[in-house]
Amino acid sequence: MSLLRDKLENSNDTVFTAEFPSIDGGGMASVVRDVARLAPFFDAVNATDNPAAHAHTSNTTTAIAMKMHGLEPIMQVVCRDKNRLAIQSDIMGAALHGIENVSLLTGDDVTAGDEPEARRVFDIDSIQAINITRIMMTGKYLSGRKINPAPDFYIGAVENAAAPPFDYRIERALKKHRAGASFLQLQICYHPDRLEAFCKGVAKIAPDLKLIPTIVLVKSAKALGFMNEKVAGINVPQQTIARVAAAADQAKEAYDLTLELARHALTLPGVRGLHVTDFRHDDSLHSFMSDLGQRPRN
Amino acid sequence: MLKKLLPFVEHAIKKPVWDCRMCGQCVLHSTGMTCPMTCPKTLRNGPCGGVRENGHCEVKPEMQCVWLKAYERKVSLPMPTVWKDHFNELRPPVDMRLAGTSSWVNLVTKRDQQTPAGWSVINGAH
Repeated sequence: MSLLRDKLENSNDTVFTAEFPSIDGGGMASVVRDVARLAPFFDAVNATDNPAAHAHTSNTTTAIAMKMHGLEPIMQVVCRDKNRLAIQSDIMGAALHGIENVSLLTGDDVTAGDEPEARRVFDIDSIQAINITRIMMTGKYLSGRKINPAPDFYIGAVENAAAPPFDYRIERALKKHRAGASFLQLQICYHPDRLEAFCKGVAKIAPDLKLIPTIVLVKSAKALGFMNEKVAGINVPQQTIARVAAAADQAKEAYDLTLELARHALTLPGVRGLHVTDFRHDDSLHSFMSDLGQRPRN
Repeated sequence: MLKKLLPFVEHAIKKPVWDCRMCGQCVLHSTGMTCPMTCPKTLRNGPCGGVRENGHCEVKPEMQCVWLKAYERKVSLPMPTVWKDHFNELRPPVDMRLAGTSSWVNLVTKRDQQTPAGWSVINGAH
């Protein structure tokens, strides 16, 4: 059983996840460095699949490299670049290498990346991909052909609690749960009221679905403005940007804001941990974790 | 003859009204009378996470999200309850072989309800 699954299903501990940096060269030495940096803080880390529609080292091989060096991967699979055959072979590749957590996503569109001229695939959607993974866990490919023995996975997905249509986001999260997802990493959300309504709505109907909201460590109002303008599905309220912009020490104000959002998120029903995105690249991850009462893992 | 003619007739009617893409396995009744194949990502099970604050599409900023429209129509349009109940059903992957064929014929013959053997393992047969 994966550590993530064990912690989420068999304890009340707060779980912390992050993204593994995309690999564009640097060899295993860069993997070793990043594992050493992330391992003290995180229970499991996402091996991404061409995030923001930019080509990088593949999801499966990144997950294998992480695992080899002692960091538990959550292998993401997105529907943008692969048809149903390729997605199933990614899943089987994960099983072959003992990767136990997979997370199935729609994926940003190709137009979000640096090769917008590429063909977008979307042969299946994220919910179908979740369901196909569940089917594979019964010992069958989508076609019905046998897989022996059946692989076992802890299935995750992603939902955006703060994008329209707001009411429907709860239903969509529940649909992902019905399709087979046991945990949801939530998109960056700078609207605590929307996050609260979402978590309450989901927890009321599916109290066993584990929610992991994303918290972003940023340094400045400019970074918040960038996210607001450039990242699909992310809205940062103007008053939030203005609050950081008006501060004498923007880095401190941005940090305090992050801590407030994190503390609020952790009080919400269904929330079992945080997904931390660090855009500061300084030592504030240490203070952030200690301010949340977390001690380094091993 | 009818088999050849029907796709033309169906397209002539459904293209102007719903911007029909002739997937051959129509689910309009369960998606708020809004065609999910007009979503740039052709998502059949709801919107992606990229919907903009103004409700517009991540891929085509000038266009309202197809699923936002579908959801609003599901809530507000007078439709049979059973159609509304179908909104959250788990729709199976598209059968690409049906592209360009008449969904009316496929509905009558139940060809549009055939799913791969694995799909029915946990979702049951239609």
